[in-house]
Amino acid sequence: MAHDHHHDHEGSELSETALRVRTLESLLVEKGYVDPDALDALIDRYENKVGPRNGAQVVARAWSDPDYLKALREDATAAIAALGFTGRQGEHMVAVENTPQTHNMVVCTLCSCYPWPVLGLPPVWYKSPPYRARAVIDPRGVLADFGVTLPETTEITVWDSTAEIRYLVIPMRPEGSRDLSEEQLAALVTRDSMIGTGLALSPAEARAKGLLQ
Amino acid sequence: MNGVHDLGGMQDFGPVVPEPDEPVFHAEWERRAFALTLAASAPGGWNIDTSRHARESLPPVQYLSSTYYQIWYAGIVNLLRENGLIRDEELQSGEVAGNPKPVARILKAADVDAAMGKGGPADRAADQPAAFAIGDRVRARNIHPKGHTRLPRYARGKTGEIARVHGCHVFPDANAHGLGERPQWLYSVRFSARELWGEEAAGRDSVHIDLWEPYLDRV
Repeated sequence: MAHDHHHDHEGSELSETALRVRTLESLLVEKGYVDPDALDALIDRYENKVGPRNGAQVVARAWSDPDYLKALREDATAAIAALGFTGRQGEHMVAVENTPQTHNMVVCTLCSCYPWPVLGLPPVWYKSPPYRARAVIDPRGVLADFGVTLPETTEITVWDSTAEIRYLVIPMRPEGSRDLSEEQLAALVTRDSMIGTGLALSPAEARAKGLLQ
Repeated sequence: MNGVHDLGGMQDFGPVVPEPDEPVFHAEWERRAFALTLAASAPGGWNIDTSRHARESLPPVQYLSSTYYQIWYAGIVNLLRENGLIRDEELQSGEVAGNPKPVARILKAADVDAAMGKGGPADRAADQPAAFAIGDRVRARNIHPKGHTRLPRYARGKTGEIARVHGCHVFPDANAHGLGERPQWLYSVRFSARELWGEEAAGRDSVHIDLWEPYLDRV
């Protein structure tokens, strides 16, 4: 019974929040402060149009085109804009490259800063206290939560996004990917590999997941 | 402000639990709370630093026991209330009371993609040269501002090295409080994990933190 009670309680809290948000929206619309169609457009943009496949295109291009990688190193904002990804929460981009010596991982300990134009909106875990608290003090423990173990000798570099600079991790290109096209390479690039809590998929892993023919 | 939002280095929050195939939103109200927050800054006229400060100023127990978009909702309500755009009685009754305060602009649907695609760059022209260069040793000041700051507690008093010079950027400590943008040089400062966390930390690991010049002293 206690279990049932717990669920009832959660359910009523959730619907209370939903009710409050609905009340706020209707008040702001009635006052003329908010265009309801603009809300729909915002939701559509960030739910359906802007997401981590954008970042995967950036990574795949960087893997396959040395000139693009050079441009990305020199001015990541411009290089990413050249692929059509610009704007809010990506105004000042920096690309950080993983190598056999160095692994990069991105966090925002103070809130939830995240490169929207290339990765979309952040997942819940990225915004939650366990990740924000521990990424800076125990990055190897966090990586273990994601099933990632790196050699002791790998330097882990954590980037705490305290300003308006947004970091995109360029994961290492997996072995066995030499003959893949740019489009196929993009299928190996997971969201987490661009945050630094994961690695790019091997072609075999991508095939097993149905992401690659 | 030494608030509970300043989470870096805290312990005992448990493991990170990724959700497989996580949806962008988990409920319709999250979609609306997200979009309302973005849209309301046009009539409200506030900036991103004001918005962050509104969220981190929630009572600590509320902050830690709320979901992410519950925090956004509570933050936007506080900003709307402080700016005279909504009243408590309206939130309680659901009815508009009196004539709405006029606003300079609102976000129209037709402008959403252009506005989001443009964003709000934070870099500004510098009126003086950067005080530090790559490789300089700096110490983060041991300061405890009562207002908004982006200097995390875990870095204060710690010594690091300038790794990048990002340019001159809007200073959140001023901008969050209506004191103007007061642009300052912004740096990526590299702190070794041992400097931050002691000898038990891995010797090669490091944390890079973006810090403005007023947070730093030359060592």
